[in-house]
Amino acid sequence: MTRMMGAIRMPRRLNRSFAVSFVLFAFLAVFGAFMALPLIYAVNNAFKPLNELFLFPPRFFVNNPTMDNFYDLVALMGNSWVPLSRYIVNTLFITIVGTVGHILLSSAAAYPLAKYRFPGSRVLFSIVVMALMFSGHVTAIPNYMVMSWLGWINTHASIIVPSLAFPLGLFLMKQFMEQIPDALLEAAKIDGANEYRIYWTIVMPNVKPAWLTLMILQFPMLWGSDGGNFIYSENLKTLHYALGQITAGGIARAGVGAAVALILMIVPITLFIISQSNVLQTMATSGMKE
Amino acid sequence: MQAETTSPSAVSSLVQPKKQSRLANLWRELKKNKHYYILMSPYMLIFFAFTVVPVVFSIVLSFFYFNMLEFPRFVGWQNYSRLFLNDDVFMIALKNTLLFAVICGPISYLACFLFAWIINELSPKVRALMTLVFYAPSISGNVFFIWLIIFSGDRYGYLNGFLIKFGFILEPIQWLTNEKYILPIIMIVQLWLSLGTSFLAFIAGLQTIDKSLIEAGAIDGIRNRWQELWFITLPSMRPQLMFGAVMQITSSFAVADISVALAGFPSVNYAGHTIVTHLMDYGTIRFEMGYASAIATVLFAMMLGANKLTQRMLRKVGE
Repeated sequence: MTRMMGAIRMPRRLNRSFAVSFVLFAFLAVFGAFMALPLIYAVNNAFKPLNELFLFPPRFFVNNPTMDNFYDLVALMGNSWVPLSRYIVNTLFITIVGTVGHILLSSAAAYPLAKYRFPGSRVLFSIVVMALMFSGHVTAIPNYMVMSWLGWINTHASIIVPSLAFPLGLFLMKQFMEQIPDALLEAAKIDGANEYRIYWTIVMPNVKPAWLTLMILQFPMLWGSDGGNFIYSENLKTLHYALGQITAGGIARAGVGAAVALILMIVPITLFIISQSNVLQTMATSGMKE
Repeated sequence: MQAETTSPSAVSSLVQPKKQSRLANLWRELKKNKHYYILMSPYMLIFFAFTVVPVVFSIVLSFFYFNMLEFPRFVGWQNYSRLFLNDDVFMIALKNTLLFAVICGPISYLACFLFAWIINELSPKVRALMTLVFYAPSISGNVFFIWLIIFSGDRYGYLNGFLIKFGFILEPIQWLTNEKYILPIIMIVQLWLSLGTSFLAFIAGLQTIDKSLIEAGAIDGIRNRWQELWFITLPSMRPQLMFGAVMQITSSFAVADISVALAGFPSVNYAGHTIVTHLMDYGTIRFEMGYASAIATVLFAMMLGANKLTQRMLRKVGE
């Protein structure tokens, strides 16, 4: 306990008493447990043999960890009409194209909005901000019609293309870009760089934290996408959809379902672990002051 | 500019130059800034095609009867009057959605800030770990069906097993098919998932606060941490606070996936029904597109209204 308490940083000008620190720490621990336990439980479940999955009373931690669920998963999906690898490739394709495209498109749109005033710039940005204030459900019905007019029903484009222009990314990117000193852009202009060059060689490297932030927001959303109402063909479906199919198999598939769930959740979380230190670090040091 | 001097009639030359020069001015501005428009065009094209136009289209469609087969028929306000006067299920959905907005919205917002604030005080390593712990649920790829196992109605359900083992209850409780429990359970899971973007934004905001401001505050007579919070921390991160509010409000009005995953669709006696699931019902099952658009328009108005209201309140922070 004392070791953990030492983790709380004290050298601020306004110190707080030990009692307050302790209460805060306990508070954090209780809610941290509430947040973490379901996930830990999911991880444990994936390694439980079948007899432990249906033990009464149910146990939280796995006793005899086994990889059986993963072998079963591979066997099950290897025998099915569409192999598991297909779902994984589909999901990866949607996620990577969607995330990279989103970062490129929204930063390209954010740069002029953040740094210049021109006819329509204010209106466009306020529309984007307004779009943050309602969820995609509002536009679900017209979207379906737009997709069918474009002939995009049952293609990956129906998932990827709308996701490229989510308003959140543009908004965050623009906020970050406003911190770039104008002098930097002026200097580049004097050196004869055109706008595209400035965007690519000056602005983009300076907003790395924003890329990572956009990635962290966009990636899990696409990774967890189940194809919605747009995709019907089995060989175009995503991993999340496959999970639904497997767990629909009921009790016999509980172990395999737990294994897929682990795969689904571990990827975004790993990505966040990798990029988090980068995001927080760069954010702490990138406090540009003009 | 040429056109001004060569205008044929005196009258039009009095009227036109101003108008033309304004147009010409705009044209010049557009041309001067054409690179910016080109940079923005890919994003804006997609954004308009899949967000802006659909909203307008949805509002227009809400005044029509449209079933995807016949040509739309104009019905005026009929969809709305039916929605508010003749649709009992919508009233349940409206009540549930407002409950989510009023309970989950503020709680999740305060939780995001509170945890970010406490976590920000920790040493970097612990801070990174705690950020991960609190943020992970919201990105864990829709694995909230874990909660299905926890709240499962038989005695293998984790919560039931636990309660039976320690003698709180004798028989398993049907958590997800009992009207009494459905809504609170969805709220718990919604809260579990809600420490997302706003939480990260708050942590980032807290870390970029100018340290010299805090020092200056100490000299100016800030005596305790509450004063520091109210007079320095909160005002310096007002942009993040505004942004976080938008995120939390929008998501608390849009509860649907969790309800469907936990309580089924439709849930028992519509106990977990929300405006979005009502919209799904009419849009994707009954194909009453006009009526569904009216539901979407009501949702749109509610989300926008709640956001505008909250923003007005947040402007007062730290004053």
